[in-house]
Amino acid sequence: MMNENYDVVVAGAGPGGSSVSKNLARKGVKVLMLEKRQEIGSPKRCGEGLTFSTEKLIGKIPSRCIAQTINGAKIYSPGGKSVMIDFGENMGYVVERKVFDKWLAFEAVRAGARVRAKAEVTDVIKEDGFVKGVTADIDRKEYRINSKVVVAADGVESIVSRKAGLETTNQLVNLDSGYQYEMAGLNMEDNHKIILYFGTQVAPRGYVWIFPKGRDVANVGIGTAMADRPAKYYLDAFIENNPKIFKKSGIIEVNAGGIPVGGFLENMVLNGFLAVGDAAHQVNPIHGGGLKEATIAGQIAADVISKCIDGNDVSQKALSEYNKRWWQERGKKLKNVEKLRQVTEKLSDKDLNMLADVLKGDHLIEFSRGNKLALLAKVLMKNPKLILLARHLI
Amino acid sequence: MAWKVDRKKCLRCGACVSVCPKHALSLGEHGLENDRSKCISCGICKKACPAGSIEVEK
Repeated sequence: MMNENYDVVVAGAGPGGSSVSKNLARKGVKVLMLEKRQEIGSPKRCGEGLTFSTEKLIGKIPSRCIAQTINGAKIYSPGGKSVMIDFGENMGYVVERKVFDKWLAFEAVRAGARVRAKAEVTDVIKEDGFVKGVTADIDRKEYRINSKVVVAADGVESIVSRKAGLETTNQLVNLDSGYQYEMAGLNMEDNHKIILYFGTQVAPRGYVWIFPKGRDVANVGIGTAMADRPAKYYLDAFIENNPKIFKKSGIIEVNAGGIPVGGFLENMVLNGFLAVGDAAHQVNPIHGGGLKEATIAGQIAADVISKCIDGNDVSQKALSEYNKRWWQERGKKLKNVEKLRQVTEKLSDKDLNMLADVLKGDHLIEFSRGNKLALLAKVLMKNPKLILLARHLI
Repeated sequence: MAWKVDRKKCLRCGACVSVCPKHALSLGEHGLENDRSKCISCGICKKACPAGSIEVEK
């Protein structure tokens, strides 16, 4: 067995892992990021949408990572009425994850991190109640990598958290099942707007999305939960029922994934251990986006870890500064969004149609950020049957 | 008990792994693996699977 020593080992080279690694390396921390897959960024488990605000966190995204610019959204109610969110200018991108994730990893390397693909963490080393590193399989060689802190950034299944002893199992009620086709030959009404379709028949407790990646190319996906049938069934039915869009289309790629949409963890740290991103359920519960959340959490984690290493104290107590800061900066807001999700999932198709009649696009954006929920409560209260539900938002 | 995964349908996405209350499931070299000594046939994995690749009979 080969022996290596680092300050920090990061398991997983998605946006969360790269964010932690880059920011740690910048602070002069000796960090190694391991990716079990042979290629960083593939296969994707993602609709690939992000807003410009993400660039404030990661810097200007190179044009080669960007498939399409987005200037708005169109949201269909079950009755077929649509709410248009038109920004009049570009407000976000649909990226190419297999290029984007690699760029994030390049940036981590350039900042001074060591990165290794096709390197799987096989176990977590624990001594005296502290996580002290990992064992890893790199090119069929067994490595023992000693570290002061291990970061689990290994996605929704977070095997590394489990091995370390942090319970991150998702409750079924808090997991959306996602299925997606990347398709070409689509007849899209506006290929610079994301299109969402709601309805208890179309996508039980979720929605269908079309995220354009080019003139006639898009990610066409679905997230559902607590449904009678698998997500794939509903997506295939949607495509079958919308020949106007899909008649001449072809499937270029098939994706699937579980999306944590709630159940935020009070505690995300152990002695010498910390979890970020999907592994720590850090996802917006209403739209299921995790890119930005993983990036922010990675920055907070890097800040806390470097301070703990400087202070020579990587105990759970010292690292719990990460819990505190994440909850302050993101958790409180996301908890509100989770409440919104819990309310919307109880709405009937009739209720959704009613909302489509009265709400404007701007409202929907604010709601998805966890803001102005009192306004939504007010609208719901107009229907006596929904009063109790509305109170949940206030 | 009977637990089955259809490996032609499974996309190795890990949704089932993330909800398994007994930590019985894992993604290994040959795809999804179930440690039968831990599995209680609760069927939660089947409900989480977006591809409909898991069958569980109690």
